[in-house]
Amino acid sequence: MVQYVRTELDAAFAALSDATRRGVLEQLGREQASITDLADRFHMTLTGMRKHVGVLEQAGLVVTEKVGRVRNCRIGARRLQEAAAWIERYQQLWDERFGELDQVIEELKQKEKSDGHEQSR
Amino acid sequence: MDTSSRGELAPMKHTKVERRSDREVVVTRSFDAPARVVFEAWSNPELFTRWWVPKSMGMTLRSYEMDVRTGGGYRLGFGDGMDFFGRYLEVTPPSRIVWTNDEGGENGSVTTVTLTETDGTTLLVMSELFPTKEALDADGGGAADAMHETFGQLDELLVDLASKS
Repeated sequence: MVQYVRTELDAAFAALSDATRRGVLEQLGREQASITDLADRFHMTLTGMRKHVGVLEQAGLVVTEKVGRVRNCRIGARRLQEAAAWIERYQQLWDERFGELDQVIEELKQKEKSDGHEQSR
Repeated sequence: MDTSSRGELAPMKHTKVERRSDREVVVTRSFDAPARVVFEAWSNPELFTRWWVPKSMGMTLRSYEMDVRTGGGYRLGFGDGMDFFGRYLEVTPPSRIVWTNDEGGENGSVTTVTLTETDGTTLLVMSELFPTKEALDADGGGAADAMHETFGQLDELLVDLASKS
């Protein structure tokens, strides 16, 4: 189970590395759409869009459903949460740390200044 | 050059995080100080522990030992058996520190911090390299696990986004 989740996470990161696919996700975040709609909107062939949606679907970021002759796409939230949350948590922690580090550095600079010209190289 | 550090420097203080490969994460950030000053804040234990554990982490550092030199060891204790420890593989003032994160056992990462100074400003590049992609996925930034709040807020946002579709 754990292994399965990790593989999913890798697929999600790979899927998110492409600008068009991120655009598709953003679009689907607003409203669901068919592959034809998406191909039109992103000025792409149906085959090209099918490939992108396929990658997103495999990563669990998009869910598709065939209704008659149309394949409908909508966002698959859970997997997106996992992938985005990983980076987000990492970024948040380091941003917090560096904010505090800025203060420590500022104090060191002030101290150097007040210590006069004790310039170390 | 004696630039005053005010608002105009804010954009470069953005903390950028990239997953450079399936087992490496790279963090980039600029600091408005020469490399030797930034290095001091990383290698002096009293200074290091002031910023390494931000308040929002909700954790308190109980004890620390840091022998910051090549081959030296470190241990940061948070109580409840939660210790971060490892060895310094390389300490080269004022430009490079490399250490192991041994609390992760076989899945432990190696962190490399590189400082590059240009016109009194220092670019910090921190790479965290895991032995496997599975180890990276399982880690999630070590202590970052403690930051459930942010995680929760993001979840809400994404669920909200999805519900509009």
